[in-house]
Parts: sequence; C-alpha cells; structure tokens
Amino acid sequence: MSELQINDEKCVLCRACISACPFGALEVVDKKLVVEDNCSLCGVCLNTCQFNALCIEKQENGLLDKNKWSDILVFVEHNEGKIQPVTYELIGKALKLIEGTSYKVYCLIVGYKITELAKELSYYNVEKNFIYDHKAFKNYREDIFCNVFQDCINVLMPAIVLIGGTDVGKSIAPAVATSFHSGLTADCTELILNEKLELVQIRPAFGGNVMAQIVTPNHRPQFATVRPSIMEEANRIKSPRNNIVNCKLDEKKLVSQIEVLKEKQMETKEGIQDAKILIVAGQGFKRKEDLWMVEELAMLLNGQVASSRALVEKGWMPYERQIGLSGKTVKPEAIITCGVSGSVQFMTGMKTSKTIIAINIDSDSPIFSIAHQSIAGDIYEILPKLIHQLKEIDKLANNKN
Amino acid sequence: MKIAICIKQVPGSNELTMDQEKGILQREDGRVKMNPYDLVAIETALQIKEKYKEVVITSFSMGPKRAREVILSSYAMGVDQGVLITDPKFIGSDVYATALTLSKGISLNEEFDIVICGRQTTDGDTGQVGPAIAEHLGIPHIYGVIAIDKIEEKHIFLSQQIENKKISLRVKMPCVLVISKEAYIPRLPSLKLKLEAKKKKIKIMSFEDLNDSDIRKFGLEGSPTQVEKIYFPNKSKKETLLSGNANVIVDAIIERLKGEKLI
Ligand SMILES: Cc1cc2nc3c(=O)[nH]c(=O)nc-3n(C[C@H](O)[C@H](O)[C@H](O)COP(=O)(O)OP(=O)(O)OC[C@H]3O[C@@H](n4cnc5c(N)ncnc54)[C@H](O)[C@@H]3O)c2cc1C
Repeated sequence: MSELQINDEKCVLCRACISACPFGALEVVDKKLVVEDNCSLCGVCLNTCQFNALCIEKQENGLLDKNKWSDILVFVEHNEGKIQPVTYELIGKALKLIEGTSYKVYCLIVGYKITELAKELSYYNVEKNFIYDHKAFKNYREDIFCNVFQDCINVLMPAIVLIGGTDVGKSIAPAVATSFHSGLTADCTELILNEKLELVQIRPAFGGNVMAQIVTPNHRPQFATVRPSIMEEANRIKSPRNNIVNCKLDEKKLVSQIEVLKEKQMETKEGIQDAKILIVAGQGFKRKEDLWMVEELAMLLNGQVASSRALVEKGWMPYERQIGLSGKTVKPEAIITCGVSGSVQFMTGMKTSKTIIAINIDSDSPIFSIAHQSIAGDIYEILPKLIHQLKEIDKLANNKN
Repeated sequence: MKIAICIKQVPGSNELTMDQEKGILQREDGRVKMNPYDLVAIETALQIKEKYKEVVITSFSMGPKRAREVILSSYAMGVDQGVLITDPKFIGSDVYATALTLSKGISLNEEFDIVICGRQTTDGDTGQVGPAIAEHLGIPHIYGVIAIDKIEEKHIFLSQQIENKKISLRVKMPCVLVISKEAYIPRLPSLKLKLEAKKKKIKIMSFEDLNDSDIRKFGLEGSPTQVEKIYFPNKSKKETLLSGNANVIVDAIIERLKGEKLI
C-alpha cells in the first residue's frame, strides 16, 4: 500500500508542510509529524520540505507491453452537420505532439449521414479517418458510442486518445477510459510528450494557483480532455488526402438502453464567447451596486460584461457570464479585467484573448503576467474617468455627424 | 424503488495562497462542506421519493472518517440511510480508483434502480466520477440531466441538455444519472430531521467489506494517473506596468483601444 512516509530523523518540525497541505492532513502530535487518514497523497508537501523528510513510495508496474500501443486518436465532435472547432484544435495539438516521433494522428468520427464531414476532415494532415456511419448514431447515446469507441481503440491500439472537453466529451471520455481500466486527465491546459513518449498532462489543481503535472505510466491508452478554444487549430491543407476508412459495428453492439424521444434546439442567446470586447468584473468590486461601471463601459464599447467566479459565487453575476475553467473560455479582440486577481482557473479561460488590459490595485497581481497593458490602479478612480472620456468621444463623434 | 446517491465532502474554502517569501502553499482554513453539486443530486432523489411510492434513498460517500458529516447532512434533508466507505487504504485514489471503490460499495449493498451523482466537485473539478461509476457497474449513464419527467416500471423518462440541445429520453433502469446544477433547487435541511439524523446509524465499509482481496486495485496503486509534480506557474515578464495619474492611465487605455480599431 502506498503512503506518505515521514523520516523523523530528518524532520525538524518546521511545519512548512502543515501549512502547505490542502487537506489539513498533517499534524504534530507528541513532537512528531503525523499523517491523518484524509491525506490524498497529492504530493504538495513533498515540494515544500527543505529537509527531504517526506516521500511517497510509488510502484513501477512492468506488466503492460507499452510498445503495442502507439499513435494518437482524436475524437471528432460535430453538431448540426458541422465539425466543431475543438476537433481542429485537438488535431493541431496532436500534430505538434508527434513531431520527431514515429507516431501518427488518426480521427474517429461517429454519426449518421456524415460522409460530407469525413470529406472535410480529409483536408487535414491525418493518417486515417475512421468513420462509423449508421442510423443508430443519429443522436449521442452513451452506451453505443462507448461501443464504437472501444471497437476503434481495439483495432488501432493508440497510445493516446484526445477528446474535447464538451458535454459529449465529458460523458464519453470517462466511460471509455474506465472500460480500458486506464486513466483520464480532464481539462488539460497543456500536453507534452516526454522522452519516454509518455503524455504529460498539465492542469490546474486544488482550486489554487497551482498546476499539477500528471502522467499515466502503466496504462494504455492515455486519455485526456481539453476544453474548446485552449489549443491552436491545425492548418487545412490544399488538396484532400485519401484517408477515409469506413467501419462497421456488430449489430449486437448497436442495441441501446437509451431511446431518444424528442430533440429541441434551445435558442442561443449571444453569450460572452461571441463578444468582441469583454469588460470583466472581479472581487475588486466592493458592492453589487458598483457594477454599473462595467455595465456602462460595456455599453459604450459595444461589448459585454463578464465576471470571475468570485462574483458568481456571491450571486452578483449569473453563471453564464463566468470566465474560466469552470465557466466559459473566451477569445475576444479585447478584454479589460477590473479588480480580477488572475487565478490560474480564470486565466485559463481568457489568456488567448488578443488584447488584454488588466486593472488591479496590487502591482504584484498575477493577472499582469499575461496582460498586454498592465495598470496598477484603483478601479473606483479609473473606471469613472474612463467612462467620462468615452462619453466625450461619443459626443464629439455625434456632433460631427 | 431504490435510489443511491453519491456525495462528497470538499474543503469549505477553495482559496490556496502562496506564502511569497517561503514559496509554499497556504490553506485558508480547515473547514469542510458538502460539495454543492451533490445537494442537487440529493434533491433530485427526494423529489422522486415525494412523487412515487416505496422509494428508499441511500447516500454513499467515500472519504476520511469525518466525511460522515455529509451523510448526516443528507439525513437532515430527508435521505433514508447512508454508507461511508472509508479506509486509509483508499488514500490517493484517482477518478478510476474512486469510482471503482464507490461502485463496489454500491453494488454490494443492494440492487439499485437509479444511481444519482452530482455533475462535478468544487475541489477536484474533473466531473468524471459519475460516468466512471456507471462503467464499473456495467450500466449506461445519462450526462447533463435537467429533469426527471416520469418513472414507469422499468423505464425512466428524462430531459437532458447537451450543449444547446434539450433532449427527451426514455432509459431502461438501472442507470446512472449525472445531474446538472440547474436541475433542481436543493431544499434546506429541516430542524426536525437534523435532530433525528444524530440518532440514525451510518453503515461503515472498509477495504475488508468490499469482497475484493486485491489491494493493488485501490488507492494510489490502483490509480492509473499519477501526479508527478505540483508547481506554481512561472510568472512571465511584465510588460510596462502603468501606474500613477488616473488621467494618464485612461488616455493610455483609450489609445490602446483605438490602436486595435475598437473605438
Ligand atoms: C475547481 C475550481 C474551479 C474554478 N474555476 C474558476 C473559473 O472558472 N473562473 C474563475 O474566475 N475562478 C475560478 N475559480 C476560483 C479562482 O480560484 C479564484 O478564487 C477567483 O478567480 C478569484 O476571483 P477574483 O479575481 O475576482 O477575486 P480575488 O482573487 O479576490 O481578486 C480580487 C482582486 O481585486 C483587486 N482589487 C481590490 N480592490 C481593488 C480596487 N479598488 N481596484 C482595483 N483592484 C482591486 C485585488 O488586488 C485582487 O487582486 C475556481 C476555483 C476552483 C477551486
């Protein structure tokens, strides 16, 4: 059994690990450091100990023949007859990952009457596109989509499977990964292939400004999901490749416990993902009433208002307006953050924005690490002045007309 | 009808800060609470119980001993019985191992018709445990459930939201439901039930009770994913930091927006 081991000889009871533990699982009892049973073996304490007094035993498992597993499989997401951008983003990342290796990139596309979609995919530098086209796949149904996925993986034996972090992805990825008794890292913000050809999966952890670097050393395939708009899209090539493979699933595997009775498109309001300019309010706002400043700015700039999670939790902003890992990923022309500290979760959701202007009273604020224009100042002083100036500009423009 | 719900205890505050001088993580406080997404799972089960006859709800939680608190909270909302799956051997479980442990606990207790999970937790935030439990149990799951429409003898009728589509489904039971946060508004615990909860028993299951002698399937060893390293992201170099006179700052912002042709 694995556990956190404490070397009492080396431990000087400095308590650095105690304040570092996100779970409150370390304690000093009778002048000795002890671990409680709520330790999750996350390893945060290991990095904080300057005396090498802590370690976690990890076992190597030699049973798996990893050489049998190679290449990358990308799950193609489509909706209303269109391939979703996240698919091209995953292909783009996969093509970068395989550079300098013998790995190739493959795609899996499942649906009904999807020949046109498959044709579009042949314009990407993918070795083969496996297409499963059948009436049974008209709607997403977890059980039979899982069957398809298993079929494809059993044939290809990919080392890595990449899936978009969409609703369908969040449903299918853990199901398929579990069925192969393998691991899945959700919502990765970066993926790297190390020298052992292992997929290094990086994602924010523990809700703080910390990143976790995760590997799946002894299981294959290695599964990862990536949220839309995080990676860069692959380039479309000029002439299509002849790379479509039509696949069939055994009739028995087409039987689903799920029956779709009705499907309705919900009206899509223009959301913060569609805005060209976003004005973001954070916890720098002291009172809900003060949010008029961001509303007004958004109106003057023809933009929209968005928010960090802190204000959503307070009930000052609706969830649809939340940017970040547990909210929406946005990529506007310009984003102005007002009183937002810049947690990893927040920045993950907006750092690819074209122009980032950050206003924060604290000149050491993390948000400044990604801002194109960093402003150390008080929103209560700057925003009213900015609003006033923009109104003046508007007036001038109106007078001219 | 038998309903199982999976609930988790999470840190009360998610704020982790860094002690800049020592370069170490600092936890704000040691308080804990029930994962808010799981409150919706409990509410869903309670709503079914109010509408249909002979419904028994069991809550399952895996965690340290103090996680019994969340089972007590579920009693205070109206859940009938609870099981705490706890053992130091489960420490270090990733999603795969957690879901395996929970699914063993669930299937060893009773034959459940419906298993309900919250959509995600506020600490791990991976949102995978529900689908993984379903796979371990060998039954289908429905992700993003926004309403229970009707229950017949062998089937449950549901509404599901997938991206911007609302889908009505008829699903054969048993199945796992992953509930959206928007589905139902969780009720507050009642004082009467809260007092009664204290007297109610909680069934405890440890590794020995899981009918599986292979310890390598559980805890850190049973976890396919391993955390190699935890680190603070590098602060990249700052571009010029503007401070001081607010008028100068405002002009700079306007110039920047003009430069991007946004005004
Ligand atoms: C699992 C998980 C997922 C999460 N997902 C998200 C997510 O998707 N999106 C998200 O945003 N957060 C998310 N969070 C929360 C995140 O960790 C932070 O808590 C949150 O982003 C902080 O919001 P904030 O920057 O508005 O508030 P704070 O961190 O409190 O920052 C407020 C900032 O305002 C500044 N300030 C104060 N007064 C003024 C003033 N007068 N003028 C100018 N500046 C001022 C302060 O210097 C400070 O930097 C998540 C957390 C967890 C645990």
